[in-house]
Amino acid sequence: MFEVVSNEVLAPKVHRLVLKVPRVAKTRQPGQFVIVRANDQSERIPLTIADADAKSGTITIIVQAIGPGTEEIVNTAAGQGLRDVAGPLGHPTHLEKWGKVVCVGGGVGTAVLYPLAAAAAKAGNEVTTIIGGRSEPFVILRNELAAFGEVLVTTEDGSLGTKGFVTAILQELLDDPARRPDAIFAVGPVPMMAAVVKIVPEEIPTLVSLNPIMVDGTGMCGGCRVTVGGEVKFACVDGPEFDGHAVDFKELMNRQATYTDNQHCRIGLDKK
Amino acid sequence: MSNDLSPKERLAIERTKMPEQPANERVTNFKEVNLGLAEEAAIREARRCLMCKKRPCVDGCPVAVRIPEFLARVAEGDFAGGAAILLVDNALPCTTGRVCPQEVQCEKTCVRGAKGDPVAVGWLERFVADWAAEHMEPPKPPAERTGKNVCVVGSGPGGLTAAGELARMGHDVTIFEALHASGGVLRYGIPEFRLPKKIVDREVANLEALGVKIEYNVIVGKTITVSQIMEEFDACFIANGAGLPMFLNIPGENFKGVYSANEYLTRVNLMGAWKGENSRTPIARGAAAVVFGGGNTAMDAVRTARRLGSDPAVLAYRRSRAEMPARVEEIHHAEEEGVRFDFLVAPLEILGGLDGWVRGVRLQRMELGEPDASGRRRPVPIEGSEFELPADIVVVAIGINANPVLTKACPELKVNKWGNILVDENGQTSIPGVFAGGDIVRGGATVILAMGDGKTAAKSIDAYLKNK
Ligand SMILES: Cc1cc2nc3c(=O)[nH]c(=O)nc-3n(C[C@H](O)[C@H](O)[C@H](O)COP(=O)(O)OP(=O)(O)OC[C@H]3O[C@@H](n4cnc5c(N)ncnc54)[C@H](O)[C@@H]3O)c2cc1C
Ligand code: FES
Repeated sequence: MFEVVSNEVLAPKVHRLVLKVPRVAKTRQPGQFVIVRANDQSERIPLTIADADAKSGTITIIVQAIGPGTEEIVNTAAGQGLRDVAGPLGHPTHLEKWGKVVCVGGGVGTAVLYPLAAAAAKAGNEVTTIIGGRSEPFVILRNELAAFGEVLVTTEDGSLGTKGFVTAILQELLDDPARRPDAIFAVGPVPMMAAVVKIVPEEIPTLVSLNPIMVDGTGMCGGCRVTVGGEVKFACVDGPEFDGHAVDFKELMNRQATYTDNQHCRIGLDKK
Repeated sequence: MSNDLSPKERLAIERTKMPEQPANERVTNFKEVNLGLAEEAAIREARRCLMCKKRPCVDGCPVAVRIPEFLARVAEGDFAGGAAILLVDNALPCTTGRVCPQEVQCEKTCVRGAKGDPVAVGWLERFVADWAAEHMEPPKPPAERTGKNVCVVGSGPGGLTAAGELARMGHDVTIFEALHASGGVLRYGIPEFRLPKKIVDREVANLEALGVKIEYNVIVGKTITVSQIMEEFDACFIANGAGLPMFLNIPGENFKGVYSANEYLTRVNLMGAWKGENSRTPIARGAAAVVFGGGNTAMDAVRTARRLGSDPAVLAYRRSRAEMPARVEEIHHAEEEGVRFDFLVAPLEILGGLDGWVRGVRLQRMELGEPDASGRRRPVPIEGSEFELPADIVVVAIGINANPVLTKACPELKVNKWGNILVDENGQTSIPGVFAGGDIVRGGATVILAMGDGKTAAKSIDAYLKNK
């Protein structure tokens, strides 16, 4: 059992949990994730480590409840425990002092982005963050990200910040010689990452963090395979961050939908 | 007594038959296929043993179980006596009695096999082990402690065996296991219908009774490194398996519905997708399944697909039946269950539909050419023989490579060019006090060889700790 130290609501269905996982807190680096199982019946859910404190032996995760596995996690109150927390998994983020770094986050992807923005700032980069959401309540971590630099917000309905998508603002920055990024981190739904990569010239390094379906998270099953630069990679051990310009997003989106569209499975799928 | 039987009387007894769940029933469930021998059948079968002096069966056993000795007890109906012998030599007999390839080990060398059927050593091992599990007390930790602590990495058969042996020697043992459950391949790979998980639970409970501690969710190489382990422990045994699936590297392998055997079996076994509606973890089911490979893993995958409703469930293998590495009993069971075998075919492409799901496979027929380095005749493609098979599910079960997560984080640990850890004859690695065994050393091998390595390493570790 791993104790839930605190559990707060950040946005509708989005919770921030602090967990006591001393071994992970000690070794974790930005960009890595854990696999969490709420109870003995639950699925294994990969979740980015948003933050960690080696001294108190705690890690922070931000979870959007989208299915039974994640719902069980967000419904675990402070003082209760989660059955399994395994990690830290994946490669740490590749960091350099690039200069101007623009971090683009969409929806709960912003939670994955947060430790990357923090690490980019720590590495001496000038960080600008663009975060997008459906409407105001879905824009998360705005204040937290402001600690690293300017935060620009877009919402689809215009209830906060600029109306529209993150790509419009990113395009403005790309077009402005004074603000043109030297590197970009983009994390969010696959269509958002694909759209970002499409407008960014290849000479600007663009890192994306991928979230294919995973089982073990240790390279054992190959379920998380993605095609990057024409080569098959296991996102859990070779990633989760990859060069956005090389990722086959169409394939990723297709594979992510394995258990959501069941009309093509002639006998039918077990329920999600 | 029975052991006074003359050789002639022994020779007159015919090999017993294993009671089985009928094939048409078992394809609809995940219950064990073999039901186990009754006591009388076991006694009669044990009396078939000629008690020969040369004991070739013992030489055929990778851990040298004293087979004629335990059979002699069974022949007298002294099951406790038989179990006492068996358990000294083999830490997980309920498991090996079910999954060992006896036909190439003890039963191959059995003298009775030269003219007729060998003694059913595997079934008798299972019988005695199951009897012991039901009737005997769980073991207790030895009162005398050495004060040394040993870390075991991985809770597959290699790790479990080493942990048990070390605990019996009075050492404190902690297992670090990457997953949330114990057993390694015994849990996530081998299906319930071949090895019920309550057996793995029981073997692990026995270890815990011996004082072995298991810490789950610890991925050595990520959560902790081998050097950090050596700061906390006096010695370490690495048995983290091989665990990195190979793919075919042909077009279409990433369509929905294409699985590695590891993923397919892990979803079904470890995550419980075989329970259908009662499982949270989904598994795609398809009317037609094609499985590539010819080993136990391929056989487990294709029989699982059959049970999840696929018909046809086709096993497509590059070579011919004679070269199949799978256990003979599994091939036989699979045939009874209506699995279709397509021999001497090689995959060229996996075909997908516009919906992103696999819809078939394109194959090419092969013929056997000259023998290759392994001595097996090499399959060569027959030109113009391409054909297609429909498939809604494809499982790739062509083997595993060494998983580099642990070794990459420990550059001092010497590995060969395939990433397998190098050890000396005592199982010691390039780092003093760090030992290794099982699939991570041998590549994909067998349960009993992993157990043998665990036993050897435990002895070496004990000696190492005494000299330390
Ligand atoms: C589907 C299938 C069917 C098989 N059928 C048979 C059969 O019938 N008969 C037979 O003899 N053999 C069979 N085999 C082969 C046999 O299972 C293996 O040879 C055997 O399990 C190897 O044992 P092991 O202890 O080395 O490793 P494993 O059983 O692979 O166990 C390794 C354990 O280590 C854990 N681990 C991995 N990495 C780490 C890490 N970094 N840190 C901590 N823990 C880690 C894993 O999660 C796992 O629990 C089969 C294999 C498969 C896949
Ligand atoms: S999740 Fe299984 S290999 Fe990546």
